Amino acid sequence: MTEKNVVQTVHDTLWDEMRADDRVLVLGEDVGARGGVFRATAGFLEEFGEMRVLDTPLAESSIVGCAIGMAMHGLLPVAEIQFADFIHPAFDQLVSEAARIRYRTAGDWECPIVVRAPYGGGVHGALYHSQSIEVFYGHVPGLKVVVPSTPYDVKGMLRAAIRDPDPVLFLEHKKTYRLIKGDVPDEPYEVPIGPADVKREGEDLTCIAYGLMLHHCLEAAQRLQEEAGASVEVVDVRTIAPLDKETILGSVGKTGKAMVVSEDNRTYGAAAEISATISEELMFDLDAPVVRIGGPDIPAMPFAGPLEHYYMPDVDRIHERMRQLAEF
Amino acid sequence: MATEVDRQSDTRARDLGLTEQDLLDMYRTMVMARLCDEAQFRLNRQGKAPFVVPVSGHEGCQIGTAWPFQKGKDVFVPYYRDMGICLVAGMTPLDVFLAVFGKRDDPSSGGRQMPAHWSSRQLGIVTGSSPIATQIPHAAGIAYAIKYRAEDAVVGAWFGDGATSEGDWHEGLNFAGIHRLPVVWYCENNRYAISVPLSKQMAVKDVAMRAEGYGFEGVVVEGNDVLGCYEASKKAVDKAREGGGPTLIELKTYRFHPHTSDDDDRTYRSREEVEEAKRNDSLIVFANYLKQQGLLDDDAIESMRVEIKAEVDAEVEAAWKAEDPTPESALEHVFADMTPSRDDGSSGGDSNVKADAIGTTGGEATPADSPDEAPGEEGSHR
Repeated sequence: MTEKNVVQTVHDTLWDEMRADDRVLVLGEDVGARGGVFRATAGFLEEFGEMRVLDTPLAESSIVGCAIGMAMHGLLPVAEIQFADFIHPAFDQLVSEAARIRYRTAGDWECPIVVRAPYGGGVHGALYHSQSIEVFYGHVPGLKVVVPSTPYDVKGMLRAAIRDPDPVLFLEHKKTYRLIKGDVPDEPYEVPIGPADVKREGEDLTCIAYGLMLHHCLEAAQRLQEEAGASVEVVDVRTIAPLDKETILGSVGKTGKAMVVSEDNRTYGAAAEISATISEELMFDLDAPVVRIGGPDIPAMPFAGPLEHYYMPDVDRIHERMRQLAEF
Repeated sequence: MATEVDRQSDTRARDLGLTEQDLLDMYRTMVMARLCDEAQFRLNRQGKAPFVVPVSGHEGCQIGTAWPFQKGKDVFVPYYRDMGICLVAGMTPLDVFLAVFGKRDDPSSGGRQMPAHWSSRQLGIVTGSSPIATQIPHAAGIAYAIKYRAEDAVVGAWFGDGATSEGDWHEGLNFAGIHRLPVVWYCENNRYAISVPLSKQMAVKDVAMRAEGYGFEGVVVEGNDVLGCYEASKKAVDKAREGGGPTLIELKTYRFHPHTSDDDDRTYRSREEVEEAKRNDSLIVFANYLKQQGLLDDDAIESMRVEIKAEVDAEVEAAWKAEDPTPESALEHVFADMTPSRDDGSSGGDSNVKADAIGTTGGEATPADSPDEAPGEEGSHR
């Protein structure tokens, strides 16, 4: 067991998987000599060589498109999109190609790629280095979209993603990279893609979140417990698609109140889907309307401190809504 | 064109390493593609085939370029006009028409894709989509995997002239050039991307010129000369196999029919232009060559045609009678470990959410329980 931050865990897990299986390779912009702009592949080029650590041209569509080809010919590519904001040129390759290769061949071909992408705000990344993109892809059956938020889950889910026979979009909240630390077992293990995880047990209300917001929610829940004795259950979605409805519904069925927190724009966001699911399934068990917290409907997160802060849900804002819901 | 072939030495085929049987087999495959095309258009006009993609006019460049590839080892990355490529790779008229009718046993997709979206893992034919040029990075990635695994295989990727305007086309060729990958790029340049003529697609005379920008050789070939196509392709395939990197081969050709059965080419090109192009039909050119070589005469050509037409007709009939996919099979093959799909599209209670969520097979809440309810309808079948 070693304490690590999130990005160190990404690095070490990729390293272990590369060591264990020579079908695994990494490709992306600056993953080689630079070791990745977040250092997720630092030292890889020296250890694994140019064939397995590809500095690609600055061309996101073909980073994914070439990875698809590699995967269809027996390799297990892990593509890095430097910032999730830059993934959009690869939308067609992910949605029209990777997600449909199994389906459109009735199971004859498969596409076991992993696409890693740092996403999320709170780092002065402005409009093009802060974005949440999970919903664009979570809408597409055939893609698995995962958002692990703790070092333990990052290791287990990255290993599971690389071994998954289907395409996985692996989203890493860039603010958690160095902010969030945790104990990580040294031996290999998998955290299955799919199941959500109850990160904090409680009785009075359920708070559902992922990414940086999960950590904000855990902090808000602790504060509310200490201040008001309210017992908040916090569910970590972990996998955006396919969504683990059972864990979410099980928790909300128990507490009777739900709030869903996501830093993405609120409208049509993941919180909307989760909220709709709760409303459809549990209407008569609910003691209060489902609360959704998200970013405002502005095109993207602005740069200046006050503007960025206005956009990002924070512990105070979450805590306040949590308190109101507990008292409802 | 015929006179041009006359001027070729009669040892041309032999010099290329082709036997008399090879020549007859190539011609036979070209005729088969043409007759399948005629049959699918007939079926479309009869209302039995909702949508077909013609190949006529491209047979020479397709059969010629695909012929040097080694079946069972090399990889074919075709586009939708490439029936001829797929017949060389091992597809049969039955395979073609199972797709035309959207049947369960359509090898390309089990009736999921439109016809002419070729695929067969067993035959080394890589699945493609309808968006143009998306297969180009795939071909580069496959070629990378071949190099990575030190395999002795070559990838062939085919596309039209319109594809060369797409970003994916540039990105794929650039990647292949950087890594000197074992891939050969074939542009079947028929001068139109649906209706848009070449002059509005590019400001250069030849697509092949673009190869220079990627650091490999570009070659222009007369696409109706099947032996010329074979020669250029064989050279490029051999070079790729020996580690010499990619080649871009541009095949000057013409499509005799509209873009698809839903197109009307009278809106953008004259009948005179089409008739002029048909005089240079690769089937006529090659038949003349074979007659000059004494391998076929008119009677033999006619009896070959009758024999192949009978085969095609029989396979059309067999495909027509084949099983349709079951409606609820629409939910299958979304994920490897999730059959059927996690959500059938209906709202309401969902007793197998756990199975859905963790990716095991559910079963008790599929539309099979209520086959008369269309997926997507509001209101649960439960």
